[in-house]
Amino acid sequence: MYRYDEFDAVFVRERVEQFRYQVARRLSGELNEDQFKPLRLMNGLYLQLHAYMLRIAVPYGTLSARQLRMLAHIARKYDKGYGHFTTRQNLQFNWPKLKDVPDILAELATVEMHAIQTSGNCIRNVTADHFAGAAADEIEDPRPTAEIVRQWSSLHPEFTFLPRKFKIAVSGSAHDRAALKFHDVAVQIVKNKAGETGYRVLVGGGMGRTPYLGYVVGDFVAKPDLLAFLESVLRVYNEQGRRDNLYKSRIKILAHTLGEAEMRRLVAREFSEIKAAGTLTVPDEELKRIAAYFAPPAFEKLDDVLPESADKDFADWAKTNLHRHRAPGYAIATISLKPIGGVPGDASHQQLDALADLMDEFGQAEIRVSHEQNLVLPHVRKKDLPAIFARLKKLGLATPNAGLVTDIIACPGLDYCDLANARSIPVAQAIAKRFSDLSRQHEIGELKIKISGCINACGHHHAGHIGILGVDKKGVEFYQLQLGGSAAEDASIGEIMGPGFGAHEIVDAVERVIETYLKLRVGGERFLDTYRRVGMEPFRNMTYREQLHAAH
Amino acid sequence: MPLIKHGALAENLFADVADSAPLPDEPAIVSLARFLAERETLLARNAPLGVRLKSEESPAALGEDAARLSLIVLEFAKFRDGRAFSWARMLRTRLGFRGEIRAAGDFLTDQLAFMHRVGFDGFEVSEKITPEAFRRALGEMRFVYQPSADGKKTIRELRAGS
Repeated sequence: MYRYDEFDAVFVRERVEQFRYQVARRLSGELNEDQFKPLRLMNGLYLQLHAYMLRIAVPYGTLSARQLRMLAHIARKYDKGYGHFTTRQNLQFNWPKLKDVPDILAELATVEMHAIQTSGNCIRNVTADHFAGAAADEIEDPRPTAEIVRQWSSLHPEFTFLPRKFKIAVSGSAHDRAALKFHDVAVQIVKNKAGETGYRVLVGGGMGRTPYLGYVVGDFVAKPDLLAFLESVLRVYNEQGRRDNLYKSRIKILAHTLGEAEMRRLVAREFSEIKAAGTLTVPDEELKRIAAYFAPPAFEKLDDVLPESADKDFADWAKTNLHRHRAPGYAIATISLKPIGGVPGDASHQQLDALADLMDEFGQAEIRVSHEQNLVLPHVRKKDLPAIFARLKKLGLATPNAGLVTDIIACPGLDYCDLANARSIPVAQAIAKRFSDLSRQHEIGELKIKISGCINACGHHHAGHIGILGVDKKGVEFYQLQLGGSAAEDASIGEIMGPGFGAHEIVDAVERVIETYLKLRVGGERFLDTYRRVGMEPFRNMTYREQLHAAH
Repeated sequence: MPLIKHGALAENLFADVADSAPLPDEPAIVSLARFLAERETLLARNAPLGVRLKSEESPAALGEDAARLSLIVLEFAKFRDGRAFSWARMLRTRLGFRGEIRAAGDFLTDQLAFMHRVGFDGFEVSEKITPEAFRRALGEMRFVYQPSADGKKTIRELRAGS
């Protein structure tokens, strides 16, 4: 993975000291909260419902064992002993004290980590496919590109006070595991007819109040031109994005107001000027230098067989939590952070430390955070899997549910968040409990439930096969169902089913939707396939057919 | 309001002229609206001319005239409104403006380094921003990743030893 050189290291250390000075000025009253807010946000510090929340950047979701141990240490020393992995591959601590935050950041800097631009109206921490460098279907590891984008976007002088936040995702595969079409800008590595790799660039995707899928604004951007192209898109946005209405200020609104042709024209004009100036061209040597950090481990020649295990649970776990690796004899292993009845994405300091030990012991240099709020061991020898599974089981990290109905994405919701209208976590827990029977989960198959506690859609409900949106109706929590969303290469925005359900009804409603699917499905159809074939009507009819029980 | 240039207090030689007021025979700043309305007369004057742009006014409206101005004032209506960062870049690149780009209005000490990088070289500051605070703000981060209007060497260039 990427390692800081002296310049990167000084950059992050000086940023910590700069923030230390800003905190001191806030504590002395020199800065008021209004002035301090954008400064703390750009260092990942939110003010939540009960306390500050610090969001630590995990660039493109890659962590080393050393970094995991540091996160465990911070959870112990400055927080309540756990952290929360987010849908943007970051890690949040929910209880830090303002006065401690500069020290936390200083400790993070010692392991080449930071919280730069994990919030605020700037270019956010860049995300990437969590199977990067390991997936069999990949054209190229997206992380060198993501790292180049990360460096360019770090304290960009022109784009640090944008109309709104700006999220960039990078993928190197035709199979989209990075929710590209839901990003402000997405960079997809593609091959042209001549066999050269370059970038397809999409713009204008987003969730929130007004969901949109992004469209292509650059068909094939040559590798050295990527930053010039991104700078062009950002400049058009910074100049023309709306600033009069918080809900209309994301680039998705500008992109879909201007339309594809005008957006392309404006970007092309900036691009021709920036490219001509030449200063943003990424030289080939720099691309190679960065790519070298992400070279895959030397894969051994191994038999491509999954070993037997005396533990009958192993086969269940292997069925859902392993993915095909590019090298024979290796697998990609998903570590579910969705234990039945647990908080999606939470990990304790003991678990983080123990995972770091496991990584060392089994020669795993990296672990990944997925946007689905799970962890991933990218390069596991198949012969090690039973032993790794046994360890994970002891740690409570062997839930065999990756991609199944209980692998639910949920935002922190009203349990933590200032913006939320309803709780998300208890709904996720109740649904997981209802469907806890593993054979039933397998019977249902791939089903992505995503829950947001408010319209801001941090829980990606628009992209859920079943999306759940918490709303507030005169002080009472209600939940709307959306069906048919997808964040994959077949991206779509879910359709609202109808009137919302009370907190005591929502699990029954979800169950009726799923029962309807099981009745209607043909052959090996996933929930999403059936929905797309039959449409909303049968689901609506079945779900609203009679009063739901109030007893649950 | 104090004016900071090159890290030190500087005398403001320009008079800020209201749209309805007569023009003095000294360096003067007018609004964009007045400039566009009285362009010929204003450019024919024998004293340096400055134009003041609001956050929402793009310097693109000045076109090639930009190069004939001595000063362009970019106003920050609110410090969160970052359009002026792009206006300054546009002035320094597309429009080839070499005169003073002066920041006015609501901005924070913590934005000064960014402003300096995109091409601002005059800062109409509140009393709170002393030259010491100004110099400190510009020195907080020694290294930068992006090429910008200040011509500062980027980390990539430093890595390559150039």
